Amino acid sequence: MDAFSNHTGTALPLRRSNVDTDQIIPAVYLKRVTKTGFEDGLFAAWRNDPNFVLNLPQYAGATILIAGPDFGTGSSREHAVWALQNYGFKVVIGSRFGDIFRGNSGKAGLLIAVVDQKIIEELWDFVEEHPAAPITVDLVSRQITADGFHTEFEIDDYTRWRLLEGLDDIGLTLRHVDQIDEFERRQPGYKPKTLPAKVASTS
Amino acid sequence: MGKTLSEKVWDDHVVRTADGEPDLLFIDLHLVHEVTSPQAFDGLRQAGRGVRRPDLTLATEDHNTPTLNIDQPIADPVSRIQVDTLRRNAREFGIRIHSLGDLDQGIVHIIGPQLGLTQPGLTVVCGDSHTSTHGAFGAIAFGIGTSEVEHVLATQTLPQARPKTMAVNVNGELPAGVTAKDIVLALIAKVGTGGGQGYIVEYRGSAIEALSMEGRMTICNMSIEWGAKAGMIAPDDTTFAYLKGRPHAPEGADWDAALAYWRTLRSDPEAVFDAEVDLDASQLTPYVTWGTNPGQGVPLGAAVPDPEIFAEEGDRTAATKALEYMALKPGQRMRDIHVDTVFLGSCTNGRIEDLRAAAGVIKGHHVADNVRMLVVPGSARVRLQAESEGLDVVFKEAGAEWRAAGCSMCLGMNPDQLAPGERAASTSNRNFEGRQGKGGRTHLVSPLVAAATAVTGTLSSPADLSGSR
Repeated sequence: MDAFSNHTGTALPLRRSNVDTDQIIPAVYLKRVTKTGFEDGLFAAWRNDPNFVLNLPQYAGATILIAGPDFGTGSSREHAVWALQNYGFKVVIGSRFGDIFRGNSGKAGLLIAVVDQKIIEELWDFVEEHPAAPITVDLVSRQITADGFHTEFEIDDYTRWRLLEGLDDIGLTLRHVDQIDEFERRQPGYKPKTLPAKVASTS
Repeated sequence: MGKTLSEKVWDDHVVRTADGEPDLLFIDLHLVHEVTSPQAFDGLRQAGRGVRRPDLTLATEDHNTPTLNIDQPIADPVSRIQVDTLRRNAREFGIRIHSLGDLDQGIVHIIGPQLGLTQPGLTVVCGDSHTSTHGAFGAIAFGIGTSEVEHVLATQTLPQARPKTMAVNVNGELPAGVTAKDIVLALIAKVGTGGGQGYIVEYRGSAIEALSMEGRMTICNMSIEWGAKAGMIAPDDTTFAYLKGRPHAPEGADWDAALAYWRTLRSDPEAVFDAEVDLDASQLTPYVTWGTNPGQGVPLGAAVPDPEIFAEEGDRTAATKALEYMALKPGQRMRDIHVDTVFLGSCTNGRIEDLRAAAGVIKGHHVADNVRMLVVPGSARVRLQAESEGLDVVFKEAGAEWRAAGCSMCLGMNPDQLAPGERAASTSNRNFEGRQGKGGRTHLVSPLVAAATAVTGTLSSPADLSGSR
């Protein structure tokens, strides 16, 4: 994963609540076996509408998504994160997120910046008035700044540190492989194993 | 101070704890399917890593698989590639797989319990948000993303921040015709889709204890629909009776040792939850959804709400958009809503008890004209069991389609989809826009309501059928 310290870009206001991961990318787009090429499925059901915010020329090239409350709820599909990234988004700012989506974003390097819903309303108004205004999201200082606009955002310390360092989670865990070995040795024998396979003799 | 059930299971799985870091949790059972795993296996190959514990891993094919012509190659080439990729990965990394056509194939959350692999006190994960189903056995079970799937494959652990604890107390006796599905739909309508965020929830109380394992799984399954990290139910004699004799249940002295441990898995009387919610089961009626998230539900006897009744502006906007998408008007009686399709199945309601309940309602009736009913058993064994009881004949004689096992129309990754504008009564878990097919409209219902609705063609309960036989 690439390290993330700060990002400057233009933003796109998505004025909708409860945008679940089925809306971010419908299931029929999940059949690829790579992590790329999911941008076509991003918000697919809404893309046919010429007035959908993603189709408005003033927001073309935006890299910061300003989302409504409860963004990314529902299905665990990490494809939702890849679709946003494949499309070009680096940051999602919102007031409440689905847990699994937020976790997936942290692992995949998409920054989730949490602010109060009041700030989201201000950001939506600001961006609609100044769609070309660059916005800077600084992970080091946890600040969002634009011309005449400034706010702090929340992110848990551990995710922030991992993003700043660009660390590989699995590599971090494998530093403690001795403790995993030790834990496994302590496990009682009655716990189930999938191998060797056992199946019922009849239905 | 005592511990809650979830704290006991959590503490028993902490491999490592350190200040300022999430706990490193050991994972006892990792379930894998074709959609959320290919990139994880790729990641392992790129890093030159293997699967640490193939003996704690189980794969199956469910999301993409067709429910017709399962003896033939999958017609959709993209689906076929994804399924073939899982088969190849399972072979390369030495993972047990139950493929399409295998007796133990089925929806991943149906086959874990069916094989006796899902047991009390375990940690269970899968790249699927409905992994919460397995919490019905007193396990901590939750859905993960593909990066985490790779993490578990490589290390058999996951770094996890400790969630808060919540008790959902459901007391009183359920009225006739009211099911576990109605409990959870009523609960989500009450607390909202974000009400459980950050919590592991324990469902408890006399109405929960009275449920079968199937009913308990239905409730835990939908924990994610109100944002909970996981849902659990303390194991009891109902749990132990379900497990005994299953292929992977412990035997002999192991059974006794396991049982002694399982009996400790209850919240201590003096344990304190971070939050509590109460629900009176005796006041519940069949619940159905009118909107595009599982929290937008009302009793079947009620009407479509007016968006203006909601206190928050966000809820008003969401309700207005939902009614527009669903093509419904405020004040319309739910019972007057016509459906085109009825879907009986999914990891929420695709178990044998669900099929028996629906068959009991539909027996001797016929599916209404212009309505198609799809019955999709949750697993190949559920299908065989149902056939051995003659349930397939009941459904077929009523004019329903009897299909092979899989996720099917719950999410429409296979050919079982709603057409644009088509309306369904569905026993699945999500009524999101386009979930069952682009432009499709979904009303979430219990198996009893699904069966009655198929007969009348409008949202109905079994009580509405009396005299119409």
